[in-house]
Amino acid sequence: MTSRRPERPSDRCDLPVVLPLASALDPARSGQVVWPLLRGRRSLAGIALLILALAITQAHAQAGPGALSIIATIWKWTPLIASGFVLNVAISFLAMAIGTVLGTFLGLAQISQLRPVRAVSWFVTQFFRNAPWLVLLFYAMLLLPFQFQIGGIVIALPDWLKATFGLSLPVMANMSELVRGAIQSIPYGQWESSESLAFTRWQTLRMVILPQCVKRMLPPWMNLYAILVVGTPLCSIVGVNEAMTLTSNALAAEANHALLVPMYLYLLAWFFLYCYPIARWTVALERRFAVKG
Amino acid sequence: MAWTPDQPLIQLKDVHKSFGTVEVLKGISLDVARSEVICVIGPSGSGKSTLLRCINALVPIERGSILVEGQEVNDPKLDKLALRRKVGMVFQQYNLFPHRTALQNIMMAPLHVLKQDRQEVEARARRLLKKVRLEGKENAYPGELSGGQQQRVAIARSLAMNPDVMLFDEVTAALDPETVKEVLVTIRELAEEGMTCIIVTHEMGFAREVAGHIYFTDRGVIVEHGPPAEFFAKARDPRTRQFLSQIL
Repeated sequence: MTSRRPERPSDRCDLPVVLPLASALDPARSGQVVWPLLRGRRSLAGIALLILALAITQAHAQAGPGALSIIATIWKWTPLIASGFVLNVAISFLAMAIGTVLGTFLGLAQISQLRPVRAVSWFVTQFFRNAPWLVLLFYAMLLLPFQFQIGGIVIALPDWLKATFGLSLPVMANMSELVRGAIQSIPYGQWESSESLAFTRWQTLRMVILPQCVKRMLPPWMNLYAILVVGTPLCSIVGVNEAMTLTSNALAAEANHALLVPMYLYLLAWFFLYCYPIARWTVALERRFAVKG
Repeated sequence: MAWTPDQPLIQLKDVHKSFGTVEVLKGISLDVARSEVICVIGPSGSGKSTLLRCINALVPIERGSILVEGQEVNDPKLDKLALRRKVGMVFQQYNLFPHRTALQNIMMAPLHVLKQDRQEVEARARRLLKKVRLEGKENAYPGELSGGQQQRVAIARSLAMNPDVMLFDEVTAALDPETVKEVLVTIRELAEEGMTCIIVTHEMGFAREVAGHIYFTDRGVIVEHGPPAEFFAKARDPRTRQFLSQIL
């Protein structure tokens, strides 16, 4: 028997961006230092409250008796920030979808039997995986046209959509590595036995290898998504009206220094409340898969 | 030259195979007739598993000739898929598909490779499970079965393709001692039904009972071969004697 040591999340993903998170989520370590405060379902509400309390105390310290008005002000801007956050979610969904589809093909190309295909896809993967997201974002804004024509129809390409394409590039590259890594983690015997049953390579991939990869890839894929979501405020730098931009706009309109910290903390809470459940869910999935093997 | 059933089903002539600079097979020649059962024994690393993998073209050879029903395996234009439909193989590590049930494991290749009718395939798969004494385990996943049970599913999976010859690669080596027997019984029944078998094994007692001919390999060559009675009683080569004295 080949003895396989139990997999840990940090083994499973070799994405530099995900690694810190992966090791933090590592059940072997999490119990000791990182997570004890955050255990259980109640902890989520607890942390949200903590952030809010922190925001208010901050405001209190800075503005003295104006704390109530600060909460009122934040409340006033909430619909605007929420509308911006919807765009963040939309961008993350779309970039994830595009990146996942392209990345899957790129990952499959990385294990192609044709050397040139392997080389090119490897280069593309490494290039986009190791490029700063912001730089890719700038390139997408600069290089993509604001509209293009298919046949007689002019299709406008709004800024947020260009930014989405920009963000989908690193997602694609990381997905490519996830796919390649997952395929290579499947024991070689699965290929051998499929081949000996006269499956073609494509049949083997489709019916034997990839179905087993999906389960392995799901937790790191969700990690990637969570990281993408907290990366979407980068779009504010290139002028997309998402939550970060709108929060800044609101702050500019209020022109009150006391609001600075609480408002951004408030925005942070939005992201936290969205991403933290994903992280918990990922851990839960990892645990479930670890048991069933 | 057309192959006729009275000729050997499998003919190996001077087969050479290297991995890098290590020469694993140094000129292996042997014949297997239809319905014959041969056992290949020998120390670990003597190239036994590689030999089996050459026969169904999982591993390409450098020199020599392998004929399966008259078809040259060492031919760049070989239709590997056609060859593998005729040659079934069972592995030491079972290699069942863990995401499919026992029944689905057996049905997959006939459905998707041979494109046979689903009802017919399912009926055959159920018969095969019964034959390997695993009735009632149709919907069990490999992870829910013992090693011996998994190995018997793997045998049934291979048989579902109706192969002309079965290759067994140390199929009991990974099993608990108490489940070894149930797998050996299954193989013996197959042999008695007239299935052509090439068995690589460390089970000397089993080899003696089931094999028509025994080949002893060491360091890539066949050192000695013969019918079991003769082979075990009066091995001539010192290497064979030493191996047998260690293992018996």
